[in-house]
Amino acid sequence: MIVPLEHILILAGLLFFIGMGGLLAWRANLIMMLVCIEVMLNAVMLVFVGGSARWGNADGQLFAIFIMALTSAEVSLALAMVVYLHRRKRTVDTDAFSEMKG
Amino acid sequence: MIEQTIFYLLAATAVIATILAITEKHPVHAILYLVTSLFSMAVIFYLLMAPLVAAFEVILYAGAIMVLFLFVIMMLDLGHPEKGLSPGWREWLPALLLSSVSIGSLIVAVISRHATVAAYPSALPIRAVAMRLFQEHGLAVELVSLQLLFALVGALYLGKQSKGGGAK
Repeated sequence: MIVPLEHILILAGLLFFIGMGGLLAWRANLIMMLVCIEVMLNAVMLVFVGGSARWGNADGQLFAIFIMALTSAEVSLALAMVVYLHRRKRTVDTDAFSEMKG
Repeated sequence: MIEQTIFYLLAATAVIATILAITEKHPVHAILYLVTSLFSMAVIFYLLMAPLVAAFEVILYAGAIMVLFLFVIMMLDLGHPEKGLSPGWREWLPALLLSSVSIGSLIVAVISRHATVAAYPSALPIRAVAMRLFQEHGLAVELVSLQLLFALVGALYLGKQSKGGGAK
């Protein structure tokens, strides 16, 4: 363990909340929303790996790898959906896809 | 001592590159900044005794996922920030407010505890990680592979061109 766990938690929290702020700010653009979700998931992986290094347990690294597999599945589906929606409306503006509002 | 310096340098690089990535108006530039951030995160993972996660970070995240983003942006021709989907100050103000409240409370909560460098636990060899993965978490490996298969089928279904005259 080269640095205290608290510093790793601060770095991960900074990255997570930067991603959250970006997600709130870019809420009109589907692509940038997905990019900000990537940033947040990456911060979560950093927490898992930091805990794994702190307690010398391999489970944290395994969960980071599972998060990576989950992210690749999520991104492939989400980008396929972006392509599909762009084919329908010629835009990636989220406000254009609001027909389901009650 | 040199490892601490490298860690803090890489942490600063990751945070600055991420901030640049989400404030950049051009999507392609944003993806490239994010790749920079992901590379520094990969080296941080290596410093934290996780070389397997570091390698997967470079191969999967920076290599596959970001290239997928770039491919979709270029295929749909979205690299025109002047078309106006970028946020103005009315979008940035609540986002900055909420995330700065969250960051501030996190830093206060973490700093109020006494930060010490923990005792050096034994390094994790990749053999131990792999034994743990396939012996304790075998069901999870199967579930992840099923999930990837479902994502493949779903992406194929969504990407299929509808027969007979365009999209409905």
